[in-house]
Amino acid sequence: MSILIDKNTRVMTQGMTGKVGQFHTTNCKAYANGANCFVAGVTPGKEGQSFEGIPVYNSVLDAKKQTGATVSVIYVPPAYAAAAIDEAVEADLDLVICITEGVPVHDMLRTRYKMQGKRTILIGPNCPGLITPDEIKIGIMPGHIHRKGRIGVVSRSGTLTYEAVGQLSALGMGQSSCVGIGGDPINGMKHVDVMKLFNDDPETDAVIMVGEIGGSDEEECARWIKANMKKPVVGFIAGITAPEGKRMGHAGAIISGGQGGAEDKLAVMEECGIHITRNSAEMGKLMQKVLKG
Amino acid sequence: MKIHEYQAKEVLRQYGVPTPRGVACFSVDEAVAAAQQLGGSVWVVKAQIHAGGRGKGGGVKVARSLEEVRSAAQQILGMQLVTHQTGAEGQKVRRLLIEEGAQIVKELYVGMVIDRSKQRVALMASSEGGMDIEEVAAHTPEKIHKVWIDPVAGLTDAESDDVARKIGIPAAAVAQARTCLQGLYRTFVEKDAMLAEINPLVLTADGRVVALDAKFNFDSNALYRHPEIVAMRDLDEEDPAEVEASKFDLSYISLDGDIGCLVNGAGLAMATMDIIKLYGGSPANFLDVGGGASKEKVTEAFKLMLKNPNIKAILVNIFGGIMRCDVIAEGVVAAAREVHLSVPLVVRLEGTNVELGKKILAESGLPIISGSDMADAAQKVVAAAKGK
Repeated sequence: MSILIDKNTRVMTQGMTGKVGQFHTTNCKAYANGANCFVAGVTPGKEGQSFEGIPVYNSVLDAKKQTGATVSVIYVPPAYAAAAIDEAVEADLDLVICITEGVPVHDMLRTRYKMQGKRTILIGPNCPGLITPDEIKIGIMPGHIHRKGRIGVVSRSGTLTYEAVGQLSALGMGQSSCVGIGGDPINGMKHVDVMKLFNDDPETDAVIMVGEIGGSDEEECARWIKANMKKPVVGFIAGITAPEGKRMGHAGAIISGGQGGAEDKLAVMEECGIHITRNSAEMGKLMQKVLKG
Repeated sequence: MKIHEYQAKEVLRQYGVPTPRGVACFSVDEAVAAAQQLGGSVWVVKAQIHAGGRGKGGGVKVARSLEEVRSAAQQILGMQLVTHQTGAEGQKVRRLLIEEGAQIVKELYVGMVIDRSKQRVALMASSEGGMDIEEVAAHTPEKIHKVWIDPVAGLTDAESDDVARKIGIPAAAVAQARTCLQGLYRTFVEKDAMLAEINPLVLTADGRVVALDAKFNFDSNALYRHPEIVAMRDLDEEDPAEVEASKFDLSYISLDGDIGCLVNGAGLAMATMDIIKLYGGSPANFLDVGGGASKEKVTEAFKLMLKNPNIKAILVNIFGGIMRCDVIAEGVVAAAREVHLSVPLVVRLEGTNVELGKKILAESGLPIISGSDMADAAQKVVAAAKGK
């Protein structure tokens, strides 16, 4: 088992006829069971075309009806990304993963408002996507660094997630699923939402949680962990050296009004029983130590 | 993206929010002419820089004659204004705002932010105007009133009036306050703001509600649909290195250390700065080259880092995903040759095509120090910066 996606998941690509959408769809198709998983593309006005044997439809609803796909991955440009999410939510998909970086925050506020009461789960925007090793990858991460196993990974960052995964794989610890929730201030799944799924997943033994400065998602997750989590969690927060008031690359990575600093987050996480490290090179080693007891 | 006070007031006036009458000026003569044009007998001469706390730093003066306007303008224009937000070196004042004086009865605070947990725009209001809201929040949080605004209904009359009463607006002026609050909200949404403050919002002796100071920060991801806001950008207020970086689509932030960092991905870039600090060094910058860095982009990144006179060593830390390590390695080699690299360079590569990348570095003949992992690379670059 795994969380959110597995080899039986059927996926459509929104933004299928663009360069980015095609590049990553090709890579995802080539990974594990991808050839069976990626069944449709959506680009308004391009119905009837196909890409590497994958049919393109005008709308998410058409793609869902014709192929049975219940998950979508979005690569459309920032100005249209929120509307693409809205369309997937309206079509009542199970899961939408928005890779696009640079979506205006007010667009996401409106989209999140419209999602209230809907069943669709959103990951991102501005995220690398998610992967269940040896089964399916949906997103832009390098598949080859992953190994199938029993550690869950959840992170706001892209390459820092790869770093955590690389360390785990090198030490012989495979991953159940790895989820990049993205670096934007207004997004879908938070650390705590993913943590709940890992807690309930019988094939996940422990979780690495990677956070960064800005907001209070990590603190909220830490408090939930203290009260509910049955499995060990290793945590790291990026940005101890980040100055206040500067956006550190990610739109959401900003310490404002003295809130959202790395040390504050680490303190709460430690207090809640998370095994924290301040050294990003030691996330894997710490997990190994924790599992050995 | 931030704008000046006078620009913020221009934007607010378009949405019906009253402000004092004022004129932006770039010279002393313009300032005197502006005061004459405004008329009256009391003016305020205000330094226009993006940082807050201008009054305490001597950047705001009240003048009661045209001579006083002239002397205040002479003092402020060109000064290096130091506030708690500028850092010790301060910010040079290049623009002034000359405004008519106001008789203030009461100073209040209103602001708007994006509440990330509630995923709503939050209105914050307080009877404690003219102070930093962080300070009010720390010492007297009960004096801050919040409303989380429904994006469909907007800021309603009832919500607006309720907040106005709570912060001490007298009954006769509640309708005026509503105009200010709803105008601020419409500005915030329609112009894609991330943060807005009217501090202070004042009640005048003649019973008016007026925005005496205003501050905005806009979502840079939404600037493509606001050319009128982009036109207000003042590059003099921004770090030249950060402006230069943005031309090449590089995300760069200057820091005060001596080890340059070139990394792909924002999270890994922060973690790289942190690990340098952990091993006893000090990062000179944050630099994310992004997911699709070309040879040209890497070269520009090197040039940027080397413009910093404090730089003693450089650490390149790449976890190749989409970006292949061989492409980065070629970029690093070409950049090192082109800029005649004079400081030690430590490179750590991992991920897609890592062996090929390492081979390119090794065969380049350049004195590149290879780091086997992040910890090894960080230790080596810290040692190199210390001349070991």
